Amino acid sequence: MTATTGSTPPAAGSAAAHSTRHTKAKASDRAKAESRLGWYLAGPAFVVMLAVTAYPILQAVYESLFRYQLTAPDDRAFIGLRNYWVILTDPVWWSDFWTTILITVITVIIELVLGFALALIMHRAIRGLRGPLRTVILVPYGIITVVSAFAWFYAFDITSGYVNHWFDWVPGISTDLNWFAERGTSLFVIIASEVWKTTPFISLLLLAGLAQVPGDLEEAAEVDGATPWQRLARVIIPNMKAAIMVAVLFRALDAFRIFDNVFIMTKGANGTEVLSLLAYRQSISQLQIGLGAAVSVLLFLCVVLICVIAIKLFRVDLAGARGES
Amino acid sequence: MRTLTARQRFWWTVIAVVVVVFALFPIASIVATSFKSSSEINSGTFLPPHWSTENYEQILSSHGSAQTLFLSALRNSIGISLISTFIAVVLATLAAYAIARLDFPGKRLILTTALGVSIFPVVSIVTPLFNLWRNIGLYDTWLGLIIPYLSLTLPISIWTLAAFFRQIPWELEQAAEVDGATPWQAFRKAIVPLAAPGVFTTALIAFFIAWNDFVYGISLTSTDRARPVPAALAFFTGASYFDQPTGAISAAAVVVTIPVVILVVLFQRQIVSGLTQGAVKG
Repeated sequence: MTATTGSTPPAAGSAAAHSTRHTKAKASDRAKAESRLGWYLAGPAFVVMLAVTAYPILQAVYESLFRYQLTAPDDRAFIGLRNYWVILTDPVWWSDFWTTILITVITVIIELVLGFALALIMHRAIRGLRGPLRTVILVPYGIITVVSAFAWFYAFDITSGYVNHWFDWVPGISTDLNWFAERGTSLFVIIASEVWKTTPFISLLLLAGLAQVPGDLEEAAEVDGATPWQRLARVIIPNMKAAIMVAVLFRALDAFRIFDNVFIMTKGANGTEVLSLLAYRQSISQLQIGLGAAVSVLLFLCVVLICVIAIKLFRVDLAGARGES
Repeated sequence: MRTLTARQRFWWTVIAVVVVVFALFPIASIVATSFKSSSEINSGTFLPPHWSTENYEQILSSHGSAQTLFLSALRNSIGISLISTFIAVVLATLAAYAIARLDFPGKRLILTTALGVSIFPVVSIVTPLFNLWRNIGLYDTWLGLIIPYLSLTLPISIWTLAAFFRQIPWELEQAAEVDGATPWQAFRKAIVPLAAPGVFTTALIAFFIAWNDFVYGISLTSTDRARPVPAALAFFTGASYFDQPTGAISAAAVVVTIPVVILVVLFQRQIVSGLTQGAVKG
């Protein structure tokens, strides 16, 4: 999936083993036994992972080459790449694509700033405060996304909400403002819910990055008279670049797949539809198996593309950052 | 512990209040909504003018209109999430043990695959499964959700556990054997107590992820036979056609949120270490 290739060393050559002395052959036997045990233990997990992802995506690639609607099964026919052509020339795909990109970019930027602030707070808090603060910050992480979506939706909703009453002094907000009747205001609430629910995760990743910044470097900068801002920009951030990159990539990939919040709040109305929702609408609601599969494959390719760009262009070392290099 | 100046104390109080409001306000909001009676649901106030348990009766009491719907969804959610968490943690424990302790070709391949699976768009899996499950009879069954849930729970379990297991001092096992313990005793007395917290934390994180699922839930089920809570919430209807289900949904949302909040409060430290270890450290 990712560009990081598994560095599989060639199996101990049997030809070489023949010519070596007895002890070495024994060692390689042991290596073989160890490798066999390794695959016995890890194999089931590996096979299950492939079965639940590689198999469905291959099935989707296959189905995407057919004109196939569950409501008209006799009409099924091989049409090559025509489904892809239909989708990519349809303005709906592009409108959904840009909405998804817009949501992804805005949420990631807000979450990065907010998450960094929260990480700094958790990092700096005195001992008695640290535990309670971390607990409180972690609560949104455990909340079901759908529950978060409903909480935000009901707060802003024109009939059951109170936000309009609270903020009617703000220009543009009045008691008859319907947040979910327009694209901009709908996206505002959708993004707010998404940010609230997922910022804890990104702030924990950044907290782990903060812990890796050498403390004496910070102290040295402080002794040299650096202001807090200078310390942040010149010492802390450059030293946790890897953690920031990983956090951004993970959240970007996650935000790109956004579905729950949009489904609950607008069902994609008023120009808020995202790519995941388009795939869902095509295949599950309209039973257009062929077209839906093609959207799924395209969505998958987008995710792969984001990954490749991040790894090649920005040199995000996912495996390395996860302590694997 | 260093002491704070009055100024620092003031600012930390402000910060703490802001963080608490940020993190808990939406929850307070839905709790407040859940106590509004149907006649006051549109009061336009944050707090209910009169506190009413009407919505909770609707989803929990035996004559409530949404009771069967909600309780069956709760049963499905708990059952399906627990089973898929259990399977994922068992498979991941074996795999992570091999990754942490043994040297074999393909180690990196397994970790890379786990990473790839964890960024896989769920919708891309669900559309082909929808068709397949209908053909082989897994549509709208527990098993039909448990299998795809593994794509959510297994990768993160492998990463988190591999990170935990790497930190275990495995020499202890040999030391115990030298001291006369049998291999099984050495494993049970020296290693299991060290590994158990990691396994528990992993299970907790995997459970949260399964519990949160919505896409599989709405796509692969159609009745209360297997529909989990998040999907059921989206399909709640009011007592009558013209009734908005706002109150009932809010009450149900609060009921499924309480256990999560309790788990977070009890195991904050473990969850934080699990998430950060699996993610950035090694």
